[in-house]
Amino acid sequence: MSTAESIEVQASAPSNQTGYRSFTLGGFSFSRDEYFARVSWMAKGQQMSHSMSADAFLRAMMRDVAWGFFYGWVNFDPVIGTRNHYGTVDMYAGSYYPAYRDSGLDHMENFDSRLMMATFKAILDDWTNEGFDPFAAPEEAGDGWHGKKNGHNRAAIERAREACHRMPGLPGDASLRSDANGFPINRAFADVPQDAPEVYAEPGFEAEVSAFNLFAFLSRSDVTWNPSVTSVCGRSLACPTTEEYILPIKHGNDRVEWFVQLSDQIEWEIEDKHTGSPRAKVLMKAGDVAAMPADIRHQGFARKRSMLLVWENATPNLPELYESGQLKPWPVEF
Amino acid sequence: MNSFQTTFGSLQDYEKGGIEIVADNPMYYAFSNIFEVANQSAPYEKVAVAVNLGYVIEAVRLEGQSGWYAAPHDEFAIVMDGEVEVHFIKLADPTAVYTDDSKGSIPLAAQPAGTPMGRVVARRGHQVLLPEGAAYRFTAHSVGVMLIQTMDGPATVHKWGQICLK
Repeated sequence: MSTAESIEVQASAPSNQTGYRSFTLGGFSFSRDEYFARVSWMAKGQQMSHSMSADAFLRAMMRDVAWGFFYGWVNFDPVIGTRNHYGTVDMYAGSYYPAYRDSGLDHMENFDSRLMMATFKAILDDWTNEGFDPFAAPEEAGDGWHGKKNGHNRAAIERAREACHRMPGLPGDASLRSDANGFPINRAFADVPQDAPEVYAEPGFEAEVSAFNLFAFLSRSDVTWNPSVTSVCGRSLACPTTEEYILPIKHGNDRVEWFVQLSDQIEWEIEDKHTGSPRAKVLMKAGDVAAMPADIRHQGFARKRSMLLVWENATPNLPELYESGQLKPWPVEF
Repeated sequence: MNSFQTTFGSLQDYEKGGIEIVADNPMYYAFSNIFEVANQSAPYEKVAVAVNLGYVIEAVRLEGQSGWYAAPHDEFAIVMDGEVEVHFIKLADPTAVYTDDSKGSIPLAAQPAGTPMGRVVARRGHQVLLPEGAAYRFTAHSVGVMLIQTMDGPATVHKWGQICLK
């Protein structure tokens, strides 16, 4: 299978039994059947494998692809995941799970980001059936994920992440969301006021005197656990997102990030980044602010769709500064 | 019938979450609540509630009229409770206000010289651009709260020991 950039994705012919293709990326093999996605690798001369429910696997892979492998680690579950080196990406199985790693049964390989992205996109494309949206909340996702191969849902998996240059609504910048451009108000935010701020710009200053309704913008998000960028101050990015049910991955930080809970509540399970050992549980309610240190992995649980402002620092050399110990993993001492 | 109710906080009505520690230090999370912070703040005191290597998010109590501020970079305000009116002036001489090394909101002693740019009236959920090279002033007829995304500047107040869970 060849992509537009002439990157060769290693894919099998469709299975006669299920209709799904299998894929190979270095020493990793990916296959799926009616219910399960399976990742296989060799370690100590034996074949190892790890299975996930196919819907959970696709939800995780959808975020990894949409986020461009994100900042740091994207753990699909305790065993498999990716680590972003910004140009190359590690794929691992068991490397951050002590039972595998301590027995030498884990496997990690580093790939060019373009090859891994092309492979992951091909897997998503082939394994996502019509009637399943891996980006959506459970009530909206559909149950077409199981069974034999049944069409595609490319409209769902090819959504572009929305990132402004300065602020949405400014001339030449990201668009605001509306019914007209395909963003109706989500059922869980039907009570969110849609009023616009009053903007009175003097002639010539229309591009600088600007405001928009951020909460209305978020109420029209059609996906969950997928940050947009809605303001840029130097390297500081405000990345609000709407969250419902469970974050499909455990995000391992390579830098400090911050959460500002704008509405409702989310419960975060915090684990050690390298071992998965539990460290804390953080319950955030509307108005709460908390740092996520650089040495943790975290997974969120939201019983009702909520608005979360994720605040990131995109300074390029941050991972090295934290990894080398030049920066402490927590943001402030008091 | 929609059965969902979205919960926002306010100065008068908020619930604070918390941290259950298994094997950790709660101070690593610098956990605070912006409404609690604003309830303990002076009007327009710019209290850092998040900091990341020179960048900050400040929680600001809206009450009455602020002084004038300007910044050598864009800043952004999000109203979390109440209503605020923001007036803008295009600085006639930015070099009289800040240098190339300046960061964050610079408080001005008086209304600066420049051209009126207009104004914005913003309520809960609204985000306002505070553009580079402009001076701005806030007016609120009742108390409220806003967040400001900016850089750590001369007006930023750090009082982590008073606002964070320990």
